[in-house]
Amino acid sequence: MFRKLHEPSERAVTVFIDGVPARAEQGESVAAVLLRETPHWSRTTPVTQSKRAPYCMMGVCFECLAIVDGVASVQTCLTPVRDGMRIQRQTGKRSLSA
Amino acid sequence: MTSVDLLIVGAGPAGMAAAIEARRHGVDVLVVDDQPEPGGQIWRSVETVAAAPRGALLGKAYQAGKSVAELFRASGAKYEPGTQVWQIEPGFRAFVTRNRQASTIQAKSIVLATGAQERPVPFPGWTLPGVLTVGAAQILLKTSGQIPDKPVWVAGSGPLPLLYMVQLLRAGGRIAGYLDTTPPGRGRATLPHLAKALGAAGDLLKGIAWLGMLRRAKVRIVKHVADIEAIGSERIEAVRYRTRNGQERTVPTEVLLVHEGVVPNIHATLALGCAVEWSESQDCYVPVLNGWGESSQSGIFLAGDGAGIAGAQAAVHRGTLAGLGVAMKLGRVSDRAAEEAARPVRQKLARELALRPFLDALYKPRPEVFAPKDATIVCRCEEVTAGDIRAMAAMGRPGPNQVKAFTRAGMGPCQGRQCGYTVTQILAAAEGRPAKDVGFYRVRPPLKPVTLGELASLEQQEKAS
Amino acid sequence: MSRIIPDTVVIGGGLHGLSAALHLARAGRRVVILERSWVGRHASGATAAGVRTLGRDLAEVPISLESMDMWHRIETIVGDNCGFHSYGQIRVAEFAEHLPILEKRASLIRQHGYSHEEIIDRSELMRLVPALSPHCVGALVARRDGAADPHRTLRAFRRSCEASGVVIHEGCGVTSIEQRGSDWHIRAGDKDYTVPVVVNAAGAWAARLAAMVGDVIPLGLKASMMIVTERLAPLLNPVVGVVGRSLSFKQSDQGTLVIGGGLQGSADIDTLKSTVNFVELAKGARAATDLFPSVRDVRITRTWAGMEAKTKDLLPVIGPSPNAPGVFHAFGFSGHGFQLVPVVGSIIADLVVRGKTERPIAPFSAERLMSTRAAA
Repeated sequence: MFRKLHEPSERAVTVFIDGVPARAEQGESVAAVLLRETPHWSRTTPVTQSKRAPYCMMGVCFECLAIVDGVASVQTCLTPVRDGMRIQRQTGKRSLSA
Repeated sequence: MTSVDLLIVGAGPAGMAAAIEARRHGVDVLVVDDQPEPGGQIWRSVETVAAAPRGALLGKAYQAGKSVAELFRASGAKYEPGTQVWQIEPGFRAFVTRNRQASTIQAKSIVLATGAQERPVPFPGWTLPGVLTVGAAQILLKTSGQIPDKPVWVAGSGPLPLLYMVQLLRAGGRIAGYLDTTPPGRGRATLPHLAKALGAAGDLLKGIAWLGMLRRAKVRIVKHVADIEAIGSERIEAVRYRTRNGQERTVPTEVLLVHEGVVPNIHATLALGCAVEWSESQDCYVPVLNGWGESSQSGIFLAGDGAGIAGAQAAVHRGTLAGLGVAMKLGRVSDRAAEEAARPVRQKLARELALRPFLDALYKPRPEVFAPKDATIVCRCEEVTAGDIRAMAAMGRPGPNQVKAFTRAGMGPCQGRQCGYTVTQILAAAEGRPAKDVGFYRVRPPLKPVTLGELASLEQQEKAS
Repeated sequence: MSRIIPDTVVIGGGLHGLSAALHLARAGRRVVILERSWVGRHASGATAAGVRTLGRDLAEVPISLESMDMWHRIETIVGDNCGFHSYGQIRVAEFAEHLPILEKRASLIRQHGYSHEEIIDRSELMRLVPALSPHCVGALVARRDGAADPHRTLRAFRRSCEASGVVIHEGCGVTSIEQRGSDWHIRAGDKDYTVPVVVNAAGAWAARLAAMVGDVIPLGLKASMMIVTERLAPLLNPVVGVVGRSLSFKQSDQGTLVIGGGLQGSADIDTLKSTVNFVELAKGARAATDLFPSVRDVRITRTWAGMEAKTKDLLPVIGPSPNAPGVFHAFGFSGHGFQLVPVVGSIIADLVVRGKTERPIAPFSAERLMSTRAAA
């Protein structure tokens, strides 16, 4: 869907999306990374489980929600990547571990 | 609990300018912003990117942000990025969350510089993965050096799509085509404003130059597009468009970028009880402000695109005036000295604003923007369709809050930011009354989603202080 | 447009107004509802919709138990189940020192011949509410209690009213009521009515209506705050409260958590503005996360403070007006009126049509609040 103009080099970090490693650049948002990786949807809705992906990239649409380091419903467009970060796509109504 | 003279919400052009000016008069300033770096939307990541290779392709208007950011950093204002403001009580007490911890800030005055958002324009399939706003694509270019990997279709109206497409071409991206939704005959509508607009001739010529560049690059431009539809099952696979003279085509695409203007962010403005008025020319609410940007609520100032869409330079001037206004209100500068300092700023602001009526007339949204088909999702969060809203409108003369209560439109996490205006317009059309009489959702705090744990932690914070 | 001349005006289009209108219409009366704003605008639209007998004042228990039977067959009454689920309402004892309070209550209830409130031990409590924090030691439960969907309930009552011939006027606030012989002449906007029977179900504004007919009834205001969260996968079924804290915790059909409990914000019934006090509300969030640790990171989507009437003894006013023959009161539910909606409408119909009711409503007389002595 999207690609970077250049490969991240000395500012490169590795994040994990549903367990799969992805290269990212320090300073970019998790949402930007999600838009580069397959599958191209990043969550399904709690109402009808429809597939969604980031839309506004500026924090006013809440489509980019994902589970980041165990915390659900995080706006990934407002979350800078960090080396080792674990990201999971959020499907349907968010569930809570007891 | 932190206590400051001035709390500025937003570290974009207006917020930074307000901080710089207020600091010049010794006002104690705290600036909070939900982004990790200053710059707002237009100057996103400008501190790191302006000097980077892609800084050049983003243009001079973008790079101008770097020096403002430097002045901001040197101003002595306290700055807390990654911070969300979710409530401001009279007095003022602001509630914020940072690093999953809630806290309160006491402030004598407030400058809201929360900018604008793209006008939400529902159309069939707009919720599919791969449909994004042009603004989103521009943010990806700025902060990630990221572009659509296949030739992209862009649909909409206004200067921003033109600018983005020029930046994209400079970066080596490819454009499959531009669906220009600007209706015909707009040239005539803009003539009354042309003379004034020529005062801001520089900007006017820029827009013309961008179009020229796109034409020279042989970008396919389809004019007078009336409707678009995104087609696909799990992501967008094609876009179908119809022009006003009836031409219909479906073209394959993986990404569709849309933009039909920007509107001020009014959530905080409404929640704080600041008076707003309906702008016929921009089809949105704008706050009612005095010459310093002070709202109807004493001590609350607005600056930047959140005060009225006018671009980065105007935002800087409005920010400066707000900073001066606050300093004056707090007695750090005499009224006379403030008026004198304000004069040249007001002149510069007036020149920037001279172009607005022209642009507003040229890019007034087409009527289809406010009349989505029944099956179109209007509330993205709760998946409420235009037909659902119209069905409610058939039962009496409901306002937006009644519709919200019974359809759940506006009850999702975005709190009506993406559906509010559309619901208002659908009700207006169904009830035969103007949008400004229909009103807007009652906006309730928290203005940003705060977690139960963060709110709970406030109790300890309050006990400790 | 109906050309039938009404003989009954119900003032207030909340659930109590709708219920009274429905029962009256089915008893043969020609009813008009006058609602100042829109149906369900205030308390009925802001309620957590708990359907509860648990913990009620003894004076309310008989009619509450009857109302609970009605909830269990609500579909036969209003044609929809209103989203009513009966997984029970539970009052939790966090620590051993809270158990005697619950035991005392259970014993009082039994002494009065009721059996609907039952003490349960820790293992039964954890079976009913697995998400509850393990530090809790026991609880009092009313197993037939539960919760409903407020807007579904409003829609169902409204539809049933209209199907029974009730005419509903919204945007129609009453500006005057005057006696004319044995009738009451009511003006509301550009409408006026002259009818022998008026029902005052005007919620937080009911004392003002009462004063128009000569009843001076002291009435206070509650501004109870609520939190609604994002939608979650199923977490719990019963409605949970706790000894010693203001908490009412439940999960709606949509999956959102609805957290109330009576913490007070502020409200103004003249400007119709209500304000949430977040420092107060933090206590409710603290109670929620202490009792349900897994919800710590759940996001709050909205909060509000309601506007409801409150009486001095927290019991409602149900019954004929002491001073105004033909006027009947049904208001002052003090934050716990939702569950009583079905039965109170039936009581009002009894009073209007038969001049009396077998249900024990003496504790709810207007007279008990009205004093000819100097104010205490």
